Amino acid sequence: MQTAVQLNNLSCVFGSVRAVDGVSLEIGTGEFFSMLGPSGSGKTTCLRLIGGFEVPTGGYIVLFGQDAAKLPPYARDVNTVFQDYALFPHMNVLDNVAYALMVRGVARSERYRRAGEMLELVKLAGLEKRRPAQLSGGQRQRVALARALINRPKLLLLDEPLGALDLKLREEMQIELKALQRSLGITFVYVTHDQSEALSMSDRVAVFNYGKIEQLDTPKGLYEYPRTEFVARFVGSANVLEGRLISQGVGQFALRPERVRITVGSEPKANHLVGRLLDVHYLGSQTRYEVEVEGARVTALTTSDATALPIGSTVTLSWDAASLRRLEDTTNSPRQKASV
Amino acid sequence: MTAKPSLALRATAIAGIVFLHFPLLVILLYAFTTEDRTYQFPPPGLTLKWFGIAFARADMWDALWLSVRVAAVATLVALVLGTMVAGAMYRFNFLGKDVITLSFILPIALPGILTGIALLTSIKRVGLEPSFWTIVIGHATFCVVTVYNNVVARFRRMSYSQIEASMDLGADWFQTFRHVVLPSVATALLAGGMLAFALSFDEVIVTTFTAGSDKTLPIWFLGELFKPRERPVTNVVAIFVTAVTFVPILLSQRLTQSAEDLHGGGKTT
Repeated sequence: MQTAVQLNNLSCVFGSVRAVDGVSLEIGTGEFFSMLGPSGSGKTTCLRLIGGFEVPTGGYIVLFGQDAAKLPPYARDVNTVFQDYALFPHMNVLDNVAYALMVRGVARSERYRRAGEMLELVKLAGLEKRRPAQLSGGQRQRVALARALINRPKLLLLDEPLGALDLKLREEMQIELKALQRSLGITFVYVTHDQSEALSMSDRVAVFNYGKIEQLDTPKGLYEYPRTEFVARFVGSANVLEGRLISQGVGQFALRPERVRITVGSEPKANHLVGRLLDVHYLGSQTRYEVEVEGARVTALTTSDATALPIGSTVTLSWDAASLRRLEDTTNSPRQKASV
Repeated sequence: MTAKPSLALRATAIAGIVFLHFPLLVILLYAFTTEDRTYQFPPPGLTLKWFGIAFARADMWDALWLSVRVAAVATLVALVLGTMVAGAMYRFNFLGKDVITLSFILPIALPGILTGIALLTSIKRVGLEPSFWTIVIGHATFCVVTVYNNVVARFRRMSYSQIEASMDLGADWFQTFRHVVLPSVATALLAGGMLAFALSFDEVIVTTFTAGSDKTLPIWFLGELFKPRERPVTNVVAIFVTAVTFVPILLSQRLTQSAEDLHGGGKTT
């Protein structure tokens, strides 16, 4: 697989803020790569560095084998879908989509023909003459996509493109985006703070925290084998337990709530904790239990059944030893640890 | 809730409108009077002869032409400099930005007499003779501000990602300015330019200090008012100027109304 993007010890400092702090990664051609993290984690700055909208203060950016750190945006074979779509309000949909061809001097009939094709690709045929202000959020998003794809870039950057859409539309667009990326074979770099979005669409995900990559893995790898407490908590939810495991030693362990079994009463067995049931949340197909164990809170998520456990009762939590994941001691986040 | 405003409110409103427009009617009426020294009412007779006399006055045409040229050049300078400064203030943060912004918009807040004296001293200091260009420089100091204010307000409403998107799609700086920035600020430029032109056209105080022996139209008016004869000539010229300035005002209204269609349809390469 050829390398599309190669970042080598990349840094970007704004005043006293190290927005991107020594990031190194490689993205292969045709890959759907996500940058996931809370706001202020450096994921958007990292994307803007690849797009050429920020100048790195250190490190290298190599795009398709070419050093790109100093190239202006218009000299890169990269296009961007902006978070606010950045459509040109004084142009209609067709002119917006044809913009990249217009500035390159493509003849009017040719560029309108190709812009029309792009609009069909994103299912907006018939809206050519509308102004951006006359479109819904979802339609604007599609125009931004068509406009960014008309040059057939080798790399498309997407900065939280679905952030402004409602949940239903967002799920539809996730499926469409993924299908589009597969059929066009373009490398997508996708920035999001929504972990379920990143998991469901991506080939690989880089989890950002404080300007650094906390973990870079496949969605399954991130969820099943979180390396740090931050990743365990940010990707899905996790109980972080502190203790000693015979096979793995002393330290912190992540335990996914759905791997925890809950039974009434106090019943000693291996890998268990006894606590008091604090709260029950019925979620439809699943039920979430909040249990207090020696002052700490542990969450269990089970398939809903007819038996209702009374709040305040004594319960036993148990799990398979193989469900515990040993976490690395060092983490970027100065976060309070919930210990058991 | 009453649909009709009270009598007192209506009377006040009408009084306000009369107060604003009555002087214009006076000027209109006394452009036709046969009496050339006083504003005697009712006018003893009506005549059109002042129009002939006014339009035959070479000094009036000279003053009018000078004013038009000064206003046009000062507006042009203001459009270029005002837009550039607005762009810089919008895009960049630097040390002393607030001070520079303040000193930049100061000429419009400062009494004209201060600007006038300061300019005159500076002009003498660098050894320039008061001329057409010194008037233009004087007027440009406050014309730039009106353009700047209009354009910077428009920039603030525009998201910077549009400019980034344009560059991202392959447009260089010049293309981005022409196809994205300019259409967005076009109506602001028009409004700022109109205001600049109007300010320059009737400016008296700064002009008095920077004009030397040249007479712009407002200064010509002042001179005429102190002459005892041919009073109605000034009224005729005032009506003429009012009529002429109406054209760009109406035009700009039309342009800003249809601005959407104006720079939307059919892009040209």
